[in-house]
Amino acid sequence: MKNNAKANLPAAILLFALLIIWQAAAMHMNAAYILPSPIQIVKKLWDLRVPLFKAHLPATMEVVTVGLTISIVLGLVLAVIMDMSETVEKAIYPLVIASQTIPTTALAPLFVLWFGYGIWSKVLVTVLMTFFPITITVFDGFKSVKTEMTELMQTFGADKKQIFLKLKLPAVLPYFFSAIKMAIPISIIGAAIGEWLGAQSGLGYFSRRMMTQLDGAGVFAPILLLSIAAMVLVAIVGVFEKKLIRWRKDL
Amino acid sequence: MIPEAMLEFNNVSLTYNGEATPTIDNLSFSIKRGEFVCLIGPSGCGKSTIFRLVNKLLKPQCGEIYADGQSISDHKNYCGYMPQNDLLFPWRTVADNVRLPLEIKGGLSKSEMDDRVNEVLKNVGLENWGQKSPSELSGGMRQRAAFARTLLTGCDLLLLDEPFSALDYLTRLSLREWLLDQWERDKKTILFITHDVDEAVFLSNRVFVAEHYPIDSLTSVDIPAAYPRSLKSLSEPGIADIKERLIGMLRKETA
Repeated sequence: MKNNAKANLPAAILLFALLIIWQAAAMHMNAAYILPSPIQIVKKLWDLRVPLFKAHLPATMEVVTVGLTISIVLGLVLAVIMDMSETVEKAIYPLVIASQTIPTTALAPLFVLWFGYGIWSKVLVTVLMTFFPITITVFDGFKSVKTEMTELMQTFGADKKQIFLKLKLPAVLPYFFSAIKMAIPISIIGAAIGEWLGAQSGLGYFSRRMMTQLDGAGVFAPILLLSIAAMVLVAIVGVFEKKLIRWRKDL
Repeated sequence: MIPEAMLEFNNVSLTYNGEATPTIDNLSFSIKRGEFVCLIGPSGCGKSTIFRLVNKLLKPQCGEIYADGQSISDHKNYCGYMPQNDLLFPWRTVADNVRLPLEIKGGLSKSEMDDRVNEVLKNVGLENWGQKSPSELSGGMRQRAAFARTLLTGCDLLLLDEPFSALDYLTRLSLREWLLDQWERDKKTILFITHDVDEAVFLSNRVFVAEHYPIDSLTSVDIPAAYPRSLKSLSEPGIADIKERLIGMLRKETA
């Protein structure tokens, strides 16, 4: 833990310096509706703590949880079936890639039209943005399993199921964790974008409402909260990852 | 079919997909039960292809391969394969790696498997290393663990594909002697690929030289030294002559 603190010191110093520059610039401009200072933002976060933490953070997290869960299941299923059959890979892979050229953000208003202001329009935006990195990363993980290892299993007489359970599944685990850590921030962004475009609650929605009131610090405060939420979630996944995988560097 | 043969190739041919010339062309040879045979030849000559044919990773276009008197096409668990790279799975402990062939074959209870694993780990000199991760082992120990895993396939025919080539010189020397001890104790039949003539002469009853490409025959050279062998036996006059002859044969091909 001590080493960790030491390793993060340069980043912490840089961050602190940037915040000071920001603070100085904001104080110099003295126009909080354009550029609020970091201190104003933190103060705003404190002032708005009750609605932010009680109503809007839970609303956003609900979208993130549902969207991320669907993305993980969808991503894993796609990766597994693409790995199982080359025909399926040839059919799905180009479509998965193509799906990323769709400007999800531009389509989001349409989703609101289709699914209304409830959670599902936001979940759809989240899933569209999130399932892709999961699918591709986990699929790459399957492809990275050494042919020699698969062949060794075959010489032991292993069938497909045994090769999957005893070789591919454990080998893909580090990739899976990388995918989740990548997917968490993306899903939070997805949820916020969805809310920004049409919602009745949520941090993205709140940020936009503050925008219409020209409250600069009020725009930033929920965004700060989103970033913190993402970092906390990634850190939690990191703890699980460390517990489960001690051999990442050995493969 | 030769009755006492442990492994027999009968007019086997193999051409890789999309290639004009075969890699193995009408090849026949046989290895007796309990023999230690080394297969030498320059890299890329198709030595490993012979192994892949034996362990059914490749299927010959014609000819028949027999293991222990049975055609391998309807035979299972007749040979244990040890790859060049130890391929120990990093997410499993050493003991769990060694256990892998037993797990795949099934039919043993957990405690029976544990007993077999402990016994074989003891035999290869790794009795206190079972619970370690493979990354904690030295290169030589990893190869011994991989050998233990090969033994637990329960097969009498072992295929070792340059197992010591990635090790440093001294480790290689001691593992050669170690392997001969293992072979004398377990009475296995071993086919061993190497491109190191010293290694081949030191280890085997017979050396097979892959002289031509495609491989249409293997020249068999007997090594008349008695076991147990030491490094010294390599420099006896008769043996030194054989070594030179082998090197001469390999030179001719690469020239």
